[in-house]
Amino acid sequence: MKRRTFTSVAAGLGLAASLFGTTAMAEDSMRIALVVKALGIGFFEAAAEGAEEAAAELGNVEIIYTGPTDTTAEGQIEVINSLIAQGVDAIAISANDPDALVPSLKKAMQRGITVISWDSGVAEGGRQMHLNPSSTALIGNTILKLAADHMPDGGDVAILSASATATNQNAWIEAAKSVLPNYAGVDLVATVYGDDLSDKSYREAQGLMASHPDLKAIIAPTTVGILAACQAVTDAGKIGEINVTGLGLPSEMAGCVDSGATKSFAIWNPIDLGYSATMLAHAIANGAEASAGAEISTGRMGSVTLDDTNAAAMSDPFTYDSSNIDQFKSIF
Amino acid sequence: MKRLLASREVLLLIAIGALMTVIALRFPAFIAPSNLADVFNDTSPLILLAIGQMIVILTKCIDLSVAANLALTGMVVSLINVAAPDTPIALIVLLATGFGALLGMVNGLLVWKLAIPPIVVTLGTMTIFRGLIFLLTEGKWVNSHEMSDAFKAVPRTVVLGLPILSWIAIAAVIAFTIVMNRTTLGRAFYAAGGNPHAATYAGINVGKTQFWAFTISGAIAGLTGYLWVSRFAVAYVDVAGGFELTVVAACVIGGVSIMGGIGSVVGAVLGALFLGIIANALPVVNISPFWQMAISGAAIIIAVALNAQANRSPGRIILKRAEHAT
Repeated sequence: MKRRTFTSVAAGLGLAASLFGTTAMAEDSMRIALVVKALGIGFFEAAAEGAEEAAAELGNVEIIYTGPTDTTAEGQIEVINSLIAQGVDAIAISANDPDALVPSLKKAMQRGITVISWDSGVAEGGRQMHLNPSSTALIGNTILKLAADHMPDGGDVAILSASATATNQNAWIEAAKSVLPNYAGVDLVATVYGDDLSDKSYREAQGLMASHPDLKAIIAPTTVGILAACQAVTDAGKIGEINVTGLGLPSEMAGCVDSGATKSFAIWNPIDLGYSATMLAHAIANGAEASAGAEISTGRMGSVTLDDTNAAAMSDPFTYDSSNIDQFKSIF
Repeated sequence: MKRLLASREVLLLIAIGALMTVIALRFPAFIAPSNLADVFNDTSPLILLAIGQMIVILTKCIDLSVAANLALTGMVVSLINVAAPDTPIALIVLLATGFGALLGMVNGLLVWKLAIPPIVVTLGTMTIFRGLIFLLTEGKWVNSHEMSDAFKAVPRTVVLGLPILSWIAIAAVIAFTIVMNRTTLGRAFYAAGGNPHAATYAGINVGKTQFWAFTISGAIAGLTGYLWVSRFAVAYVDVAGGFELTVVAACVIGGVSIMGGIGSVVGAVLGALFLGIIANALPVVNISPFWQMAISGAAIIIAVALNAQANRSPGRIILKRAEHAT
């Protein structure tokens, strides 16, 4: 019994010593915690990779990549509390709930910790700024550009969306329509809705090909739609005639890119997102002011400008094609 | 009664003819033979499921878990294909049918042995099956590049001018027409739903008959599950979300009585084709998506109204008299 107590005390002492050791070592470097929705998700692992890249570039920055094991706000609150206890310099969080985390993040800010949110935002009171992966206008322009890039002579394009009432998709489509005049020769001939069901999207894509024989591209700003359209074009034997593009995930789109049905598609790049979030957290912790209209540098990604709600958009969605799909398909 | 049924199917044929004429006026290419073959092929999964559902409805039950069964079986065979790409496709088809039948048996046993109302049982298993997919995959998708080429080839391989998917539907229509009209089990389905008490006196175990109905429906859903994921080359949690309602609608439009005992394979097939033609025509005739839903809904209500008119009065009057007589 005594013996066991002794060993546990010894182990405890050892642990304490090692803890002191790390604290002592980290004293001069800035410690930035990258808090994600849950550990073990490819998208966030890639973001952590970007954060490490930023840390290496900045020098003297230590990244603490952490998060709960499941995507709950409760789990994130525990993580935040332990980070406050550790006295980190900054927290960059992708939140599981915009409101539930506000009290603990406020507590962190009161202790002088810089708090920003990225990817999935926190309500205004709970962070100094929020970094969106992209913006409605940038996405709308990108999906149209993806189609136009592979149509040097112009031609007919059609949009295959999710449901007719989907807020995100409708906003992106409106943004795409508003920049349509910038793409000479590109005609948007139809907008149809597949309701994010693979069978209905497939049928709508078939309908587009039947009613618009000269169709050059189908733009689907939804993951179910882009896959269904790709399959419909493949089954119709129209690879090369009709380019399927839009927003999709590399792991899901790899087959379409390999077959050539999709020449390129877009989605935010998690590496860039983790990189930019780290750059911003570092800048604000070092005294950069996070207020409306402020412009903050994000290293190799350029800079971002904060809007009235202290939110900013990182960049155009990242374009994936045959040259980089193999690198990203295992990430997310 | 037989004459009434026959006339009802003729009525539906006329309605389908009228529908195609209207569509052809706006989009002539729709009635080209090759396009009609495509429409039939696209409707084949619905035809298969409607046949299974019809058998269940005949026995005074309902199977709301068909679409979830389809999605779960589809995911299971996709995962098998990813783990062992060399598994022969014949075995995959057998596994899908068997696994689907097993899921159907769960429904059947709960209805038979515990006498829980079928709508409650299948509402529960519907949610459980979808939940199981999430547990199996944690929400991840199985995508086309992960499936083997042989796995994806089956439904689209063309034999004698039609894809295999269409041939499977045709084979099922023929097989089940024979089963429903020429076998004791087939007649037992009608008896168990038409008049359960009389069926019991005639020596038919109503619960067991319902169990077999659910098993058949499950087996068909399982087979369709494989065909579905291989046709659309993707498997995820929400595959065929809400499709069970389309299947029930196809049966109702096809003249299958929700009260049980009345219906035919041909009726269910025509009901499925009616919905399939609408679903395939709406995208090409260029109608607002909000109108598309309204049109599908109106078609269902008109069919059900016709159904109610045709079936209601005779059944009720006979029952009342029988009640007073005893």
